[in-house]
Amino acid sequence: MTRLNKPTRRDFMRTAAAGAGAAAFSSVFPAISADADDAILVGGLHDLSGFIDFAGIPMNQIMLMAIEEINAQGGLLGREVKGVVYDPQSNMSLYSQYATQLALKDKVAVVMGGITSASRETIRPIFHRFKTLYFYNTLYEGGVCDRNEITLGTTPAQTVEQLVPHTMNLWGKKVYTIAADYNYGQITAAWVKRYVEQNGGEVLSTDFFPLDVTNFGPTISKIQEAKPDMVMSVLVGTGHLGFYNQWAAGGMKDEIPIASTTFGAAGAEIEIIKPEVANGIITCYGYYPQIDSPLNNAWVESVRKRYPDDTPFLTELSAFTWEGMMIWADAVRSAGSLDRMALIEAMESGKEYEFPSGKVTIDRKTHHAIRDVYVADLQDKKFVIKEKFSQVQPVDTQTVCDLEKDPNANKHYEISLN
Amino acid sequence: MDYALIVLIELLRAVAGLVLIAAGLAIIFGMMRVINIAHGEFLMLGGYTVVLTTKLGVNLWVAILVLAPLFVGVFGIIVERCIIQFLYNRLLDSILATWGLSLLLIGAVTVVFGNTVEGVATPLGGFAIGEYKMASYTLVLIFAAALILAAIYAVLRYTRFGLIARSTMQNPNMAEALGVNSRLVYMATFGIGAALTGLAGGLLAPIAGVVPGMGVYFIGQAFITVVTGGTAIVAGTLSASTMLGTLSQSVTFLSGPVFGDAALLLVALILLRLLPQGITGRIFSRSL
Repeated sequence: MTRLNKPTRRDFMRTAAAGAGAAAFSSVFPAISADADDAILVGGLHDLSGFIDFAGIPMNQIMLMAIEEINAQGGLLGREVKGVVYDPQSNMSLYSQYATQLALKDKVAVVMGGITSASRETIRPIFHRFKTLYFYNTLYEGGVCDRNEITLGTTPAQTVEQLVPHTMNLWGKKVYTIAADYNYGQITAAWVKRYVEQNGGEVLSTDFFPLDVTNFGPTISKIQEAKPDMVMSVLVGTGHLGFYNQWAAGGMKDEIPIASTTFGAAGAEIEIIKPEVANGIITCYGYYPQIDSPLNNAWVESVRKRYPDDTPFLTELSAFTWEGMMIWADAVRSAGSLDRMALIEAMESGKEYEFPSGKVTIDRKTHHAIRDVYVADLQDKKFVIKEKFSQVQPVDTQTVCDLEKDPNANKHYEISLN
Repeated sequence: MDYALIVLIELLRAVAGLVLIAAGLAIIFGMMRVINIAHGEFLMLGGYTVVLTTKLGVNLWVAILVLAPLFVGVFGIIVERCIIQFLYNRLLDSILATWGLSLLLIGAVTVVFGNTVEGVATPLGGFAIGEYKMASYTLVLIFAAALILAAIYAVLRYTRFGLIARSTMQNPNMAEALGVNSRLVYMATFGIGAALTGLAGGLLAPIAGVVPGMGVYFIGQAFITVVTGGTAIVAGTLSASTMLGTLSQSVTFLSGPVFGDAALLLVALILLRLLPQGITGRIFSRSL
């Protein structure tokens, strides 16, 4: 796919007209420059096709919506903001090709994107090398240490730390963990074990599953033999979705409850698995559309209004993409320039942002978000929020990363608890 | 004791799972020597048929047992007419063409139905063995696999069509000389293989996540089973499924699914080193 927003003559006329219109309201907002070449470019690299397009399409939609909002408020530095969108198709060589293109050819001011950790570790070093500011807005296993990246998604320590005691209080102290067999699953399972033990409980067993496992019969039998008070699911991907059906089919759903660090993270599982199977799963994320605050209610309404027919899934991924755009725009306004170091310093100032998800601060040491997280119970495709935890620190990444001491760090640490 | 019974049922379930996903492929590959890389997508189409028709109010069992095999069977015949018939005895070309078909099907289904279609829940509920609960649907899968193998055997062994099909695969020129329309036989055989795959996809729909890319989770095991089994369709599929299924499932019970997966590959590797023509290349070589 080529650049979506290549300016055409018609675009130019429209922009010119908008500029003229904006000029008429210049008492409210400064006029946006009508010159398309003068626009500030924002790169978007999300999987818009392929197996995880259900995650990438909402992120892209929300990024474009945020750009429209910024322009409606007069743009930045008197200039219009434009999105440069590519579809890397979950293909790592396309990811690296488009990342290089965004940095060197399009010379974008900032990039939002990367969904899987594999894609992030493909493009993060590229943006680091070419000094292009980069926002990664997806929940992940923690450990990125790079001053050029702002990481807004939650990490296992942020969510597992809350989810474990909440569910142990509800259900009991014996936990059986089932996890995907790659770094996210391994690291998260280790955090589950740590927090279960810190809360006086016991992990009876941790089973890992390659991503192509679809038959969970033996595990379900083993779980019944172990008789845990709850199951902690760190399963990932569509192959693993079969677990929930097979679990419910044996009548286990009413016997042993499930908590999960992954179910519904990108919105897809909630749509694919029937409510009669999925109801009652308890999760913990940094954002739910059901957060009841005036700011969030207004935001959810604005998304519905912007995308009435194809309303994107509202999850951490899409909500934090919007936050990323707003944090960047705010930094541009306060720095009064697009200079990368000026923006990084502005974001490191410890400013508190009020967002639909709650209060957000960028941790100076790790460039990860200190944010509110929520525990919620899934009922009929909607989350019912049970508990809110304010200003949770990304302690996992903080144990390995200190950008104040080592500002030139350019590494993804594998966080090991063993 | 109860646990032993559970383990036994799970072992049978593992064998049945391999039989289900491999039977259609065994017919297409075993009899016609066509490598159908789109096999996983045929399974996916079976799954989608069930998910979409039940959403329209069709009874789940009708969708699984009638509509899924019917739709994928007809689709298979169309594929055979449009693509496969030109590629007999052109192994590499058939791989390339069916790989393209596989990508096309994933893309088409994603575009038309999206990546997130609400699936079906597993029917029939559960039953208890002592303290353990198990899905009754597991027994349906085991029963269906047994029935499918019995049906393939009966058709090949006792019907005129089976005789003609076997003779055509053995020596197409001689069969034609005796008045058999081999093109028709090939088409029908491919259609039957596709229909069985659709049935398997339909049967798996209630216990798997039905998404456009679900085929990738099954294709590897299906091919390993068929290649390990060798040319005899029933004996090959059954012996390979039994060997691979019980071994990998036992290891899964003992050491977890990561090792179960590895055990399956290891056993297949050793078997193919010892029996390059598959199990039925040497043992049971005169069976069906």
